[in-house]
This record gives sequence, C-alpha cells and structure tokens, in this order.
Amino acid sequence: MAQLDIRGLVARYSDTTVLDGIDLAVERGEIVSLIGPSGSGKSTLLRVVTGLLRPVQGTVSLAGERIEYGDRRSLRRARDRLAIVFQQYNLFGNMNVLRNVMVSPVTIKRRDRREVETEARALLEKVGLGDKLDAYPDELSGGQQQRVAIARALCLKPEILLLDEVTSALDPERVGEVLDTIKLLAAEHMTLLIVSHEMGFVRDVSHRVAFMADGRIQEIGTPARIFDAPEVARTRSFVSRILGNRTNGASEDASFGGRLPQT
Amino acid sequence: MLGFILAEIPRLFTIYNVILLAKAALTTLALSAVGCAVGLFCGALLTVARLSRRPALWPLKAFAFLYVEIMRRVPFLITLMTFFFGAQVLGFDFSPLAIAFVSTSVISTAFVAEIVRSGLQAVRPSQLEAAAVMNFSAWQSFWLVRLPQAWPIILPPVFAYFVLFIKDTALASQAGVLELTQAARILNTKGFSASLVYAAVLLLYFAISYPLARLGVVLEKRLGAARHSRPGRPV
Repeated sequence: MAQLDIRGLVARYSDTTVLDGIDLAVERGEIVSLIGPSGSGKSTLLRVVTGLLRPVQGTVSLAGERIEYGDRRSLRRARDRLAIVFQQYNLFGNMNVLRNVMVSPVTIKRRDRREVETEARALLEKVGLGDKLDAYPDELSGGQQQRVAIARALCLKPEILLLDEVTSALDPERVGEVLDTIKLLAAEHMTLLIVSHEMGFVRDVSHRVAFMADGRIQEIGTPARIFDAPEVARTRSFVSRILGNRTNGASEDASFGGRLPQT
Repeated sequence: MLGFILAEIPRLFTIYNVILLAKAALTTLALSAVGCAVGLFCGALLTVARLSRRPALWPLKAFAFLYVEIMRRVPFLITLMTFFFGAQVLGFDFSPLAIAFVSTSVISTAFVAEIVRSGLQAVRPSQLEAAAVMNFSAWQSFWLVRLPQAWPIILPPVFAYFVLFIKDTALASQAGVLELTQAARILNTKGFSASLVYAAVLLLYFAISYPLARLGVVLEKRLGAARHSRPGRPV
C-alpha cells in the first residue's frame, strides 16, 4: 500500500484549473520529485495534499486512509501524519528557534515537554544549528531558517515529508547547506515528496521523477529515464533547456533556445 | 498685565477651587481610562468577529463592519448629543456623566477596532497557513502566532489614539459633565483670569496624557525587544 496515494486530483483557483487529473503514488521510503515549469501545478499539488486548497475532484489517501478535506477530524488526522516545508520557511517570527521546533509537538500534540526538548535539540544539532536555539528567525540567514524549518517538520515525526521548493528563496551559496540536510533524510529512508528546480539534486536523490506541465503529470520514471531519455516531447524540451542552463553557467539566456540533452 | 496674573495665583488656588480642579481632572481621567479600556476590549472583540471565517458569525461580522465604518465617520460631538438627547427621548434617566461614559466608549471602540484590524491583517497569511498545517486550532493560531506578531504593530497607533482621545473627552463638557474643560469654564465665569485658568488646565491635561504616552513608548520597546534575542524564555 502506498504511503501517499493521489488519484484523479483536480483543483482550481477560481476559474483556472491548476491540477487537471493527477495520479501519483509515493511508496513508503520512496523519494519522488516533481519538476516542471512555473505554474505547472507542482506547489499547488502540495497545497492540496496538506489541505490548504480544497480539491474539486479526486482523492488523496495516506497509508490507505482517505483524507476527507471537508471533514475537520479527517483533515486533522492527516495533518498529524504529514509535514511540509515551505519555500519561504514560514517560521513563526515571534518564537525563537527552539520554540519554533517545539511548539507543535508540545502545545498541539501534547507530548511530554522534556522528551520533545531532547529531540528538538538533537534535530537542531543534526541540521547544524545547535548553537542557535535562542535566536529569532529574523536573526538567521535564509539557509539557516530553512534548516530550522526542516527540523521543525521532522520533530512532528511525519510519515511523509513534503518539500516545496525549499531552496528557491535562498542565496545560491546557501542552497548547498539545505540540500545536504535533505540528503541526510534521504539516507535515513524518509518518505519524501519534493518539488524542486535543483536538477542535479533531484537526479541524485530521487527514486522517481515526475515531470509536470499544465496541471498534469506528463511523464514519470527513474531520474535516468526522465533526464537522459525522456519520451514525451515536452519533457525533452524542458529538460534540455534546464540542463543546457546548468552546463553553460554564465550564458544562461543564450541557452534558452532548447538545445539537446547532453548525455 | 503679567504681574496682575501672577498676583491672582493665590486667589485662584483656594482649597475650594483646587478641589474643583482635582475632581474635574479625575473625571477626565476616568472618562479616558474607561474609554480606553472598553475600547481596547470591545474593539479587539469586534475585530476578531469581523475577521472570523465562521459562517455562524456573519450577523456579528456585518454589525462590526457597520459599527466601525459609521462611528469613525461621525464627529464625537454628534455622537454625544445623539446619545444625550436620545436617552431623554426614550425616557431613560441617565446622568450626563453616564452618557459621557457610554459615548466615549462607543467611539473609542470603533477607532481601536480599526487599528487592531489593520494590525492583525498585517500578519502574513503564510504564517497562519504554517500554523494550520501543524494542526493549530483557530484560537491557538490566534493566540500563539497572530496576536503576538500583531501587537508591536498595533501598540504605537493605539497609544497615539489614546492620547488624542483624552483631549476628545473635553467635548463631554458640552453635555454638562464637570471635567477639566468644564471646570475651566466655570472658574473663568467666576471671574478668574482666563489665561491663568486655562494654563492650569493645560498642565493638568498634560499630566494625564504624558504618562500614557510614556507607557506606550515603554511597552513598544519591550514588545519590540521580545522579538529579538531574549534568551531562555520558556516554551
């Protein structure tokens, strides 16, 4: 049974259909990445799964249990079992680092405070911020805030962790530290659903990669398949454009003409 | 002329007149304090109702909206007179002081509600989304995230408004309430020099509003500091 099972999911923002029939299953311990152009619905898919946007059609199940987004109890149960890290970190600005990590387990899940604190300290140590427990979010760099956000999500002990473009808001030199943290999770066989534009990272870490465009999954397969031998024309042009960018470095604009993938 | 005024000082500050001024100052203080306290409480309550998304609360939302939008646009004096004569017409036997208490509270509620609303809405929605995804209830999200972040935004304008508000209580004199402005008028009518009397009242207004302004500054600093590097706060 898949850890996360999405079937026929349709979602709209007012009149615009942003998800147009998504089918996706993420197995336990699997890492699936969503790639695709901006506006293709990747982030929206994560918003729908977490219940921030109500789907108009289709189902989402967590380990076989269907999430009823209209039902508070069902949504609450689902949110107890998953966690999301946002592009803009969304740490609570009025709480210091330690409290950001502890607030939900202690106040919402009513777990033992001492136990949670030990875990929180260990997690913050693990993401390399053991010395920043008392700092407030606006005293930290973007990369540090994002690592706190990851620790906060992990302290919820989620069955699946959703990562929504977690490096997109960061300075280039801060991207590596966050990606390294995620690689740690991958090594521990955490179930991850990742939205990312970091193609090198996606290729390294994912078991499967899904290419999305126009609110649909156009193609899904192993990283090697998607990056080296895409079958769908749109995947091919997207991948070639992105990889062309990366290899060309400085002349990014010039490479937007759609060159062939370099294998 | 100045010597003439100075010579009048001992004559003005007789026990009787000092008691009159003190009583008047207390009334002004009480009007301000009650107005501010009620305004803060009811204003916050109205705003919470206004921002709520619960369908069951929509009549309250509509009321809050109309109340705030209308009351902020009506001159204080008109509100006061409406309450004053309205009570008479409806056959209530309220003292002018009671009317003044009610109308100042009604006014400050509307203004404070608006300040609180803009402060609460300044909190980024993404903060509340993060809370929602972590299963915060509406109340937990409000108390733990929204209000603490809105406070530093709300406080300075609220205190600025309160200081203005103290001066507005002078209008209660129009309903015959013995507060500072009315006391000045009485003493003036009794033949004391207008400049001396009003100078005394000016100082008393300052004495009431200055500590409030200071309190605002202190709270603002404390709340501003709370967001930064205060180590070892319990979770």
